[in-house]
Amino acid sequence: MSKIDKLIEVKDLRVSVEDTEILKGINLNIGEGEVHAIMGPNGSGKSTLANVIAGRPGYTVTGGDIVYKGESLLEVDPEIRARAGIFLAFQYPVELPGVRTWQFLKSAIDAVRKENGKDELSVREFDQLLEEKRKLVEMDPDLVKRSVNEGFSGGEKKRNEILQLALLDPSLALLDETDSGLDIDALRIVSHGVNIFKGPEKSVLIVTHYQRILDYITPDYVHVLVDGRIVRSGDSKLALELEEKGYEWVRGSIGEEVNS
Amino acid sequence: MADQKVISRQTGVEDSQYKWGFEFDIESDVAPKGLSEDIVRFISAKKKEPEWLLEWRLKAFQHWTNQGDEAAPKWAQVKFEEIDFQDIIYYAAPKSSDDAPKSLDEVDPELLEAFDKLGIPLEEQKKLSGVAVDAVLDSVSVATTYQDMLEKAGVIFCPISEAVQKYPELVQKYLGSVVPYSDNFYATLNSAVFSDGSFCYVPPGVRCPIELMTYFRINEADSGQFERTLIVADEGSYVSYLEGCTAPMRKSHQLHAAVVELVALKDAEIKYSTLQNWYPGDKNGEGGVFNFVTKRGAARGENSKISWTQVETGSAITWKYPSVILQGDNSVGEFYSVALVNNYQQADTGTKMIHVGKNTKSTIIAKGISAGKAENTYRGQVSILPGADNARNFTQCDSLLIGDECGAHTVPYIEVRNPTAQMGHEATTSKVNDDQLFYLQQRGIDLEESNYMIINGFCRGIFKELPFEFAMEASQLLRVSLEGTVG
Ligand SMILES: Nc1ncnc2c1ncn2[C@@H]1O[C@H](COP(=O)(O)OP(=O)(O)OP(=O)(O)O)[C@@H](O)[C@H]1O
Ligand SMILES: [Mg+2]
Repeated sequence: MSKIDKLIEVKDLRVSVEDTEILKGINLNIGEGEVHAIMGPNGSGKSTLANVIAGRPGYTVTGGDIVYKGESLLEVDPEIRARAGIFLAFQYPVELPGVRTWQFLKSAIDAVRKENGKDELSVREFDQLLEEKRKLVEMDPDLVKRSVNEGFSGGEKKRNEILQLALLDPSLALLDETDSGLDIDALRIVSHGVNIFKGPEKSVLIVTHYQRILDYITPDYVHVLVDGRIVRSGDSKLALELEEKGYEWVRGSIGEEVNS
Repeated sequence: MADQKVISRQTGVEDSQYKWGFEFDIESDVAPKGLSEDIVRFISAKKKEPEWLLEWRLKAFQHWTNQGDEAAPKWAQVKFEEIDFQDIIYYAAPKSSDDAPKSLDEVDPELLEAFDKLGIPLEEQKKLSGVAVDAVLDSVSVATTYQDMLEKAGVIFCPISEAVQKYPELVQKYLGSVVPYSDNFYATLNSAVFSDGSFCYVPPGVRCPIELMTYFRINEADSGQFERTLIVADEGSYVSYLEGCTAPMRKSHQLHAAVVELVALKDAEIKYSTLQNWYPGDKNGEGGVFNFVTKRGAARGENSKISWTQVETGSAITWKYPSVILQGDNSVGEFYSVALVNNYQQADTGTKMIHVGKNTKSTIIAKGISAGKAENTYRGQVSILPGADNARNFTQCDSLLIGDECGAHTVPYIEVRNPTAQMGHEATTSKVNDDQLFYLQQRGIDLEESNYMIINGFCRGIFKELPFEFAMEASQLLRVSLEGTVG
């Protein structure tokens, strides 16, 4: 299969929330098999970008386009985007009281399979798959029996996101600060999960504040988002440089935008 | 049916103007519209009832007549046009009473279809899982399955009309002993005109080997349904009883005013579960059943337990407070409820826990879901009487709102007359949260299903109190009732 060099194209994307412009013309192309990292100060718009790609309501796209596998996403419902292979690991995974994790995961996987013309998994098939992926992220088997994320620790919630990534096996994984709040072991496990997922037909966008996750998952490109704009792009060395010099350094260099 | 003049109830039975005798055919399957002493006599005659029961009915009718329409309760947070009690048919046998179904196989296919729609091959399931079913269509009980097995165990489970013939002393002893005929407006009406319902008696020490179940269905247009159910669990016995109801779509409102009495003697336990799915009316609030029901249990003996679980999704108006009188020392009362209202439905429902005995314990968990323009009120009373040392109550009321046009209200009445009581109360109101919906959608689950999953999760604590097949049915019912509430 030939590699699509533009799995997703974000073209001059402008996004507002209640009349405040948050993304001010973002250009970003992610090809198949590529790993991109986005870094940037708090409030710069990183989560907004990831959420808008996933189709979260509440944002107004005022300009530009998001093209995924050659088609504009702007009018597409979030569940359809998900079934088409866009996965968002949430910065703050929500709790779903009374919704059993097992049932939730099965419904999700069946919804995606159905879209692709496949039958629902039988309980046995699903249990096997779940067990395999659960081991991959070393998640406590008891957690699967509980309500989705209810009473989970911060780290357990993040691990649960990666479990879902592994189960749903999308084309594009948007990881919004999946590394935040993880202890050293959990960071290694979560990174391992992402590395297993990675492949020539899989693309990853990692939103992070820290170099340390990039020690495990080497990005092909690093972008710096400041105040709704990508002010700098480069290779993995850019992340190290940022860590050393801080955002003031790129803020000072606005205008030297290098796009991937 | 010949046109009948409307009888004004205020004229009373002694009124000289009143000269209707049995103008209508005693063989008739449908009583003429309206309520009069003769109608009461007609119903009683139809059922070949003993004198004592006719007298009891007549006392109830007299009481109802004397108190007048003003006695209809007004305190509930429900609005509706006044009911014309003379515009109701008080007795309707199934259309083909001669060949009334002898078993569930012969039960109205429409009824079974209605349950099929819920995705449950219910008939099969219930048979396979060994549930004894009594179907009450309109007002008459038509089929009771599993008689043999029950007889072997000594359990009596039959239409109450049959029990009156076969076990008159049992019926006479307990009928009206928990809900007297003078209890409230609708209970009084029911006492005068009830036509059928289920009767169950579990002898001492017997654990009823199967779940007992009754289906209620209103068929006849303009007819009211007034069933009367009486369940007695003798010392050390256990019974689980399920009640399901449905009614076809009708443009006009239909009145359903049932009475359920439960008696648990020493060490006995009754578990009573309801799935209420009467026709709720259409999107504009037209039609639908008025469900004005009195349900009460007496936990009479020491260590006895009565547990009510209800899932209420139907009816235009629900007015219903399944209650427990905790008379025996160490007795336990429980109330688990899900009430869902959509469109123009109104529900005012809750419970009463009356603590009389020592060390009595009650638990109330009520979940209200409101959507559309519907109004949902939880009304609950907990009374700790002076003799009820060390009584404990825990109450939790959770309301969930879908959209901005519906309402949820919580009205707790608490009366503590013994200082040793321990009371706990928690209440929450929440909305289906957009973040939760998006989380599910982001995993590929569509909006409607996401909404259903969240609400089903909200109800899970209640559903788990239901017997397994019934819990699945409850989930399906919830799904059907939620259709079109989001998006
Ligand atoms: N739904 C919303 N309503 C109002 N303001 C919003 C909303 N979503 C985002 N914003 C605002 O947009 C800006 C960008 O937020 P965003 O969450 O995208 O930042 P971020 O780069 O992910 O920050 P962090 O590193 O702290 O996670 C912030 O100022 C935030 O307050
Ligand atoms: Mg963020």
